[in-house]
Amino acid sequence: MIALLVRDLRLAVRAGGGFGLGLAFFLIVVVLVPFGVGAETSVLSRIAPGILWVAALLAALLSLDRIFALDFEDGSLPLLATSPLPLEGVALAKGVAHWVTTGLPLTLAAPLLGVLLNMEGPAYPWLLASLALGTPALSMIGAFCAALTVGLRRGGLLMSLLVLPLYVPTLIFGAEVVRRGAMGMAVGTPLLMLGGITFGCVALLPFASAAALRVNLR
Amino acid sequence: MSIWEYANPKKFMDTTAPAVPWLFWGSLIALAVGLIWGFFLTPNAENFQSTVKIIYLHVPAALMAINAWFMMLVTSIIWLVRRHHVSALAAKAAAPVGLVMTVIALITGAIWGQPMWGTWWAWDPRLTSFLILFLFYLGYLALWEAISEPDTAADLTSVLCIVGSVFAVLSRYAVNFWNQGLHQGASLSLDKEENVADVYYIPLLVCIAAFVLLFVALVLMRTGTEIRVRRMRALEARAERGAARA
Repeated sequence: MIALLVRDLRLAVRAGGGFGLGLAFFLIVVVLVPFGVGAETSVLSRIAPGILWVAALLAALLSLDRIFALDFEDGSLPLLATSPLPLEGVALAKGVAHWVTTGLPLTLAAPLLGVLLNMEGPAYPWLLASLALGTPALSMIGAFCAALTVGLRRGGLLMSLLVLPLYVPTLIFGAEVVRRGAMGMAVGTPLLMLGGITFGCVALLPFASAAALRVNLR
Repeated sequence: MSIWEYANPKKFMDTTAPAVPWLFWGSLIALAVGLIWGFFLTPNAENFQSTVKIIYLHVPAALMAINAWFMMLVTSIIWLVRRHHVSALAAKAAAPVGLVMTVIALITGAIWGQPMWGTWWAWDPRLTSFLILFLFYLGYLALWEAISEPDTAADLTSVLCIVGSVFAVLSRYAVNFWNQGLHQGASLSLDKEENVADVYYIPLLVCIAAFVLLFVALVLMRTGTEIRVRRMRALEARAERGAARA
């Protein structure tokens, strides 16, 4: 499982291009927002938490179809399915690899982009915390939807339609943490809910992903 | 005699086909009774004037939108566990009906909201969760459309339906939390169940019964259609094979 994780990370960093692409997309979305809503700092600082979370979510979405599609095309996915590692483990490792190459960089870059949007000072630690806690859920949900659509030729568009409604609870609690943090309110409840969603996703969704993969490999 | 007998498509068709017209007529009569009663024979509510009457379409549609998803969840699980094709096809048949019910609920809600709240749309928890339900229906249907192999499509949509149900419930409560947390009880939502007085209660029940009958009739009819489509494909495939052999 660790070998698979290392392999996926190496592939993503060396050949994929998806590594930097998600980050660049994140940056561009955040830069575009002031053009759309105007450059008033008060407005920007009020919407910054939501914008950062939505942008992070879209950036994570961008690289989802690579999770299984490349392995499916070159035939290594059937090999993984017949390996001693259960398919659930494969799905988990793939989700974790996606998180390390997308969610983690996004989390680290987000405070920097928060400066661009004039985010309130107290919100920064909570932005980091909520993204660090929430993005694994995004990756696991994404891995599930990628497993659903892996056999399809034009799966990418369909996948965004499937993924985004599933992202709603994560987005709500994640953005709520930052918003409350920015206003100096207690963030405990949404943070705990966010953690609950993430750990629930990590624990349960690999089973659903593996079921979908098995159907697609039949 | 068990319910699983109806997993046989022939038995299913033979039983449901004669029942469908009865269900349609029952639904029509109940709808006529409920709507006429509700529209003309009940007084206007004190602070709603006549706008209250849209409740006879709004509430049953909303109810069936949720029940349709629940039915899809049950049939999806049955398909995954017992591999009865009729079950998977029933889930497929119910989805567009549920989608339309969701749209009816959203539109009638908007029409109702305009005079009462002064806005067509508000990001109220109930409204928002229905919009999310609408998106779930869209995704579910899109996945059915995208996969050509019928058994694969049935399997994948069933898995999506189960995972989607969990997330739909999660979204429902997340949205609740989101709005209360943000707008501290703007409370645009009226708690319909508690507000409805007895005068409106019975015609509303009749309308709900009409929608239930309509839903069952539509789903049975559409499932029958799906079974026929499946048979037709099998026949076509057999004919092609015959032609290739000749």
